[in-house]
Formats: sequence, structure tokens, C-alpha cells
Amino acid sequence: MSASSNDLLSVTDLVIEYHGASVVRAVDGVSLSIAPGEVLALVGESGCGKSSLARAVVGMEKPRSGSVSYRGQAVPLLGVRRRPTAFTSIQMVFQDPNSSLNPRIRVGAQITEGIRAALARGEAGSKPEEWLERVGLPTAMVSRYAHELSGGQRQRVAIARALAARPDLLVADEPISALDASSQASVADMMRRLALDAGAGLLFISHDLAIVRLIADRTVVMYRGQIVESGVSERIWEDPAHPYTRALLSAIPAPDGRGILPAAPAAEAPAEWRSALPAALDRV
Amino acid sequence: MTRRWLRIPSAWVTPLGVIGAVIAAFWIVVAFTAQFWVPFDPLAQVLPRLQAPGIDTIMGTDALGRDIFSRLMTGAGVTIPLALMLVVMSMVVGTLIGAIAGYFGKWVDEVLMRLTDLVMAFPTVILAMVVAAALGPSLFNAVIAAFVVSWPQYARMTRSIVLGLRTQNYVMAGRLLGFSPFKTLRVDVAPNVVGPILVLASLDVGTAILLLSGLSFLGLGAQPPTAEWGSMISAAMANFDSWWIGVFPGLAILTVVMAFNFVGDSLRDIFDPTSQMSKARAR
Amino acid sequence: MTDVLNTMVPDAEATAPAVLSVQGLTVGIGPRKAPKPIVTGISLDLVPGRIHGLAGESGSGKTVSSLAILGLLPANATVGGSITLFDADSNGAGPGGTELIGMRRRALNRIRGRRIAMIFQDPSSSLHPQLTVGSQLTDHVRTHLKLGREAARDRAIELLTRVRVPNPVEALGRYPHQFSGGQRQRIAIAIALACDPVVLLADEPTTALDVTVQAGILHLLRDLADERQLAVLLVTHDLGVMSAIADEVSVMRHGVIVETGPREQIFGAPQHAYTRELLESLPSAQGADTPSAIQKEAGR
Repeated sequence: MSASSNDLLSVTDLVIEYHGASVVRAVDGVSLSIAPGEVLALVGESGCGKSSLARAVVGMEKPRSGSVSYRGQAVPLLGVRRRPTAFTSIQMVFQDPNSSLNPRIRVGAQITEGIRAALARGEAGSKPEEWLERVGLPTAMVSRYAHELSGGQRQRVAIARALAARPDLLVADEPISALDASSQASVADMMRRLALDAGAGLLFISHDLAIVRLIADRTVVMYRGQIVESGVSERIWEDPAHPYTRALLSAIPAPDGRGILPAAPAAEAPAEWRSALPAALDRV
Repeated sequence: MTRRWLRIPSAWVTPLGVIGAVIAAFWIVVAFTAQFWVPFDPLAQVLPRLQAPGIDTIMGTDALGRDIFSRLMTGAGVTIPLALMLVVMSMVVGTLIGAIAGYFGKWVDEVLMRLTDLVMAFPTVILAMVVAAALGPSLFNAVIAAFVVSWPQYARMTRSIVLGLRTQNYVMAGRLLGFSPFKTLRVDVAPNVVGPILVLASLDVGTAILLLSGLSFLGLGAQPPTAEWGSMISAAMANFDSWWIGVFPGLAILTVVMAFNFVGDSLRDIFDPTSQMSKARAR
Repeated sequence: MTDVLNTMVPDAEATAPAVLSVQGLTVGIGPRKAPKPIVTGISLDLVPGRIHGLAGESGSGKTVSSLAILGLLPANATVGGSITLFDADSNGAGPGGTELIGMRRRALNRIRGRRIAMIFQDPSSSLHPQLTVGSQLTDHVRTHLKLGREAARDRAIELLTRVRVPNPVEALGRYPHQFSGGQRQRIAIAIALACDPVVLLADEPTTALDVTVQAGILHLLRDLADERQLAVLLVTHDLGVMSAIADEVSVMRHGVIVETGPREQIFGAPQHAYTRELLESLPSAQGADTPSAIQKEAGR
């Protein structure tokens, strides 16, 4: 994906490595970009590097090489110091709703922290109740503690806190995978709606392609640290070009009641999934 | 907020915890009021020597004709406040150092943790002897010697909790909202450290009393004629057949140390995230 | 296997005799005087060769129900109702079957793992991390089936081959962490199958797996149910998975089954409002006319 000057976020040739007993290259030369008001989905199996990429975008992960820039400026690494105020317009929603909220602080006060971040950047103020309403929770919840809420409610509060900071770019790392099936689609849809209402870009990371199809303008498919396919979501969904994308899509069981087993790959991780296929990139 | 999660539902408190709290409270009250109501001046050598417990002197008198009961009660006021002071000092300094090491990590952590390792390697009694030799033996110097070796346990515990919290999503979320390091420590870290540290501290009060009495027993702490439990037991060694001189201070140390340990144990049950009670609270 | 089971054809209708029958099962957790009700009366029949799906959201009681069948509930649980195993192989089975509720621990242990086996969401939790796959498989076989060392090893290889673990002979000497998540689940299935159970309880067996790996496990479960005449209880929240392999589906909510029926009926003509609600919440049900899709079109 070619980076253009009006991109909100552009990631260029990003490489992330973890040094343990051996060096693991989690992200291996990934480039992508997000424009304002765009929802980009990042999909792939667990361990494909999508979470590492998300963490690098907000500055939680130090790239081995390559760059992450937001509005043309390099995103600073989240060190021990206070994050520069300008970059609080990048917010993140985490996967596990249980650890997303401080257990000792009331919900309202946590959303207020988001509002403060917006004020510190000179953005308009707001009230925690407004945000609760926007994420579909009763306003009376301001005085609750996290342990009094269900997982789905916690995740909505975490989304409210992130949005209260009035971000330009919202990064969501598997925000719905810990939720009940019946609320997954609605929360994902709500995130899209709220992000776009605010004119923000949304980087939505998920392994659930059915949801991604519902909310993403563009989709990036990652496999073992590399992008194997990318482009307009509908296009990828209807006519997957890369063998891995094809396997991924055909493995999704359709809830149609017909009792058809999804196609299983002949082998675990066949070599062709790793093949580079230029025609599968930047599909329109 | 703090009051809310510190509340202790009645069904959870173990009987031993209640007994411990009552005894500990009794001794603390005694420590601060004994000087006003004891029957005799603890230092006055006015009574018959080595008198067995009786009606006038319920715990008998020592070899210098001083009332043991009066000395015992005022002795509480010597050891317990100093032990509490020692624990509070160790807690504050240790927690601060541990929080800094855990939060800032890298070389800061490395330097501070090696320092705690170094300090922990000192044998307490030998260190107290060194301090006594350098500054002269006194109970306050014994407290300084004990302090030097007792803060590292707080530092280590705080550091490990902070290290675990550092990667919690809500801590990261706060940092992404632009929290300063101080605000992160105050808002997201400190409330989670308070519980375990209080448990450690309450268990440590008993240890501190034993340590200070022990140093006084060895002559490295309180000096004669101060009425201090350790030195009272030490004095009893010279009059072995007058059992009351040593037994009552010994019982005093025993009850106060056990009381604080019971309190600490039940606090631990309350704060332990794996215990039934905390689960009920988290729900 | 009994003669009755062998004569059963894979496409036996739901009217075939059940091998395990749950009637009015209730589970409460907490103090005996005032237990908190988790399951408040569910009934279902498991039939050889059929996969019975138990759907529901977290907290609906579906996992507790499956654990109750194995008698694996915590000590403070109170269980009521009846769970009957109709299996000629288990001791003391009369024509009326064996009642599992209230059974003594030793007797239950003979049934558990041998006649009724279970696989879990996280295969790592049912595999011992410090024992080789081979020793876990052969120990199990030797304890329950009283096989010799060589016979047990042959059986282990046969099982690993059946669940399609690559290089079964070599796999025997490896440890669980050396396998991928999908392979670990296959190994857990092999261990579950080791004693030829008649009932397999599968609690979210594919939830932790990637979708391509999940597809393979679903194929395996379907094949095993067919060829071994296994009666499978599949607990899952994933209606896609349910639709792919369940023959009958029960939908649970707040500790009760709100609707039971053949798969086609549950998905095609759901009777209960809650079932409809679940189906409508699926992303695939929110087609081109969802607000976001319209917005997306407009924005393009």
C-alpha cells in the first residue's frame, strides 16, 4: 500500500523481533496505511504478528527496523516518560476486558481520564455519561466498579474511555474475541460507527473474518509475519487470490443449518501459504 | 474508595484474627498509657528484693527491688512504638525503592536490586554490633541497624507486584492517555500494592519486636536501667531461681508477637487474590 | 461394543435408543442450604453416532451441565435429577441403565474416562506438561484396559494415527508443548478415545484454535462419531460450528434449555425468541442492509 501524504498512519517495512532462546521475527517487513475515516482490518491466525503490529502502532513495541508514522511524525516509543500530548490522539482497545479497567476506580472516573486527555490536546470537553450512552450502557454505570460489570460491559467502558480521548486513530486488538457471540457483531459495528462519527481511522485486529467483512473498508491478511493479501474487503471476501486467504475463508463454518463441514486444509500450514503473490496485494 | 475494599465482612474474619487484633490493640494502648497508671515507678528500687508474686506486687520484684509489673507495662511503651516506627520506616523506604525499580526497570532496577541483595546479605546481629560499636549501644541505634536490613523485603515484594502490573492493560491504557509516571504509580499501581504490603508489615511487627528485644537481651539495644523486655529477660539470667523475673517479660513478647502474626495472617487471607473472599469481592 | 450399537446405521434417527439420558438435571453451587442455581432442570438424550450440540452464552450453564455428567463439579455443588448411562459394558448396568447421580466415587471413576470421555477447550490443561505423549496415552490404556506394555504402545500408535497426528511413532516420545494447538487437541482426543468410550463430551473443543485448524478438528469429530458410534455432546457458543456438525441442537439460557430440535429446524425455523435473537446477532445475518453496510456504500 503506497503511503500518501494525507495518510493518518503509515507503517513502512516494519520488522519486529523477539529475542529469547532464539530470535523470533513476529512481523517481517509489513507496510500499510490508514486514511482518516477508514476502517482497516488486520486478520490472521494467532501468532501471525497482528498483535505485535498493533502494539508497535501505538508505541508499545520497539521495531527492529522500519517505521511507524502518524500524521508524518514518527510514533514515539512508550517509555517511562509521559507520552507526548500530541500522541494521545492514538488510542487502543485491548483484547481482555477483564484487565482493561482499573479494578479500584469507578467507571466514570476512568472515562474522565480519557476526557482529560482530550482537553489536554485542546479538544472539546464532555461528560462520562455521554460516552456511556454512546456505547450503549446506562449512564448510572458511572458509579460502578469494573467487577460489577459483565465482560461485554467492561469492553464497552474500555471503548468509551478510549473514545473520550477523542482519538484520530483507534487501534483495537481483538476487541470482541472475549465477548459473547451475540454481542460481538453489535460491538464491532458500534466501534465502526463511533470511530467514523468522530472522523477517526480504525485499525481493527481480528481473527473473525465474518465480522471483519461486516465492518472493514479494507482488509489486510497476515500470515507468519507477512502480508499475503490486502485490499477492499468485499473483493477479498468474494474472490480471494492468495491460497492462505482461500483456506481461511473456506474454513469458516456457515451458520446456515445445512450441516456442511468447512473445508479443512490438507496439511497443517502448507508451504503455499507462505508464497508471495504480488497480485493479491492492494486489490481494488 | 480505599475504605470500600478494605472493609472486612464479618463472616470472613477468622477467630484468631479477632483475638490477635484485640491483644495487639491491648498492648498498643498499654504502650502509650502505662506510665500514667502503673502502681510503682518502674525505675525506683524501693521494694524488697526478689519478692515472689503476691498481693502488693502481682508479678513480684527483681534483684534491685523494682516492681516487675510496672516495668513490664512501661516496657511495652519502649519496644512497641520503636518496633512500629521501624516497620513504618522500612515499609515506606522499601515500597518506594521497589516501586521505582519495578516501574523504571532497566539499569535503575538493576542497581536497586543489587543494592537490596547486598543489604540482605548482612547478618542483622553483627550489623547491630557494628552500629553499637560505632554509635554506642542504645535502643535507637538498634532500630537503625534493624532498619538497614529490613527494608529490602518490602522493596522486593513491591517490585514484583509493580512488574506484574506494568503490563496490565489498564496501566497501558493510562499511559496511552498521557499519564505521567507519577500519576501511573499513584492511580494504577499504588492501590494494588497497598494490600500485600500491609499484610507483610503486620507480620513484620512481630519480627521487629523479637529483633529489638533480642538485641536488648544481648546488650546491644536498651541499656540499664531502662525497663525493656529483652533486657529484663537478660537480667533474669542472674537469678535463675526467681522464675517470675524472666517468665513475665517472656510471656509479654510471646503474646504481642503472636497477636501481630494472627492479624497478619488474617489480613493475608483477606487480600489473597486466590482466596475465596477476594473472589467474592471481585465478582 | 454391544450388538445393539453395532447394528446402528450412521444416519440413525434421533428416535434411536439413547446411550446417555439426562432428565431434569439441576446443579446448584454454594452452601447446601441455599445453593445458587446454575442449571435449573435440563433434559437431553445422547444417541450413538449423533452429535448433540449444546449452545448458549457464557454463564448459561452449558459447561456446568457437561461437567455434571462426568461428576466433575466442585465439592460445594448440589446435583439433582437423573443421568442414566445405558451401556452394557459398565458394571451393574441393568435394563434400566446405570444411574450416575449419587454414584460412589470409585464406581464413577470406572465409568469416567472409560465409558464417558471428555475433551476441553484448552488441550494443554488436560495434558501433563512433563510427561511424553506416549506415556500419557499408554498409562491411560494400561490402567483402564489392563493391556501389556507392547500392546499398549501399539494401541497408542493406532490412536495417534487415527486422529491424524503426523509421525505417530515419533510423536510418542515428544512432550505436549512440542506440538501445535491443533495437534494437542488431536492428542487430547486420542487419549479420550483410548478406552473406546460410548459417550464423548466436548466442551468448546475448537474455540481456542485458528479457523483452519478448527475445520480439521470438526472433520475428525464427525468421522469419529460416525465410525465409532460415539454419542457426542458438543458444547459451543459458536453457531457456525454448531451448524457444521451438530445433528440435534439444544439452546440453553439461564440454566434451562429453551429449545431443542434437529439442526435444520433450529437454524431454519427457530421456535423460541431467544434462538431467533442469537441467530440474528450473527454477522452473516446482518447482510447488506445493516447501517454500516449502507454507510460503507455511501462513503465509497
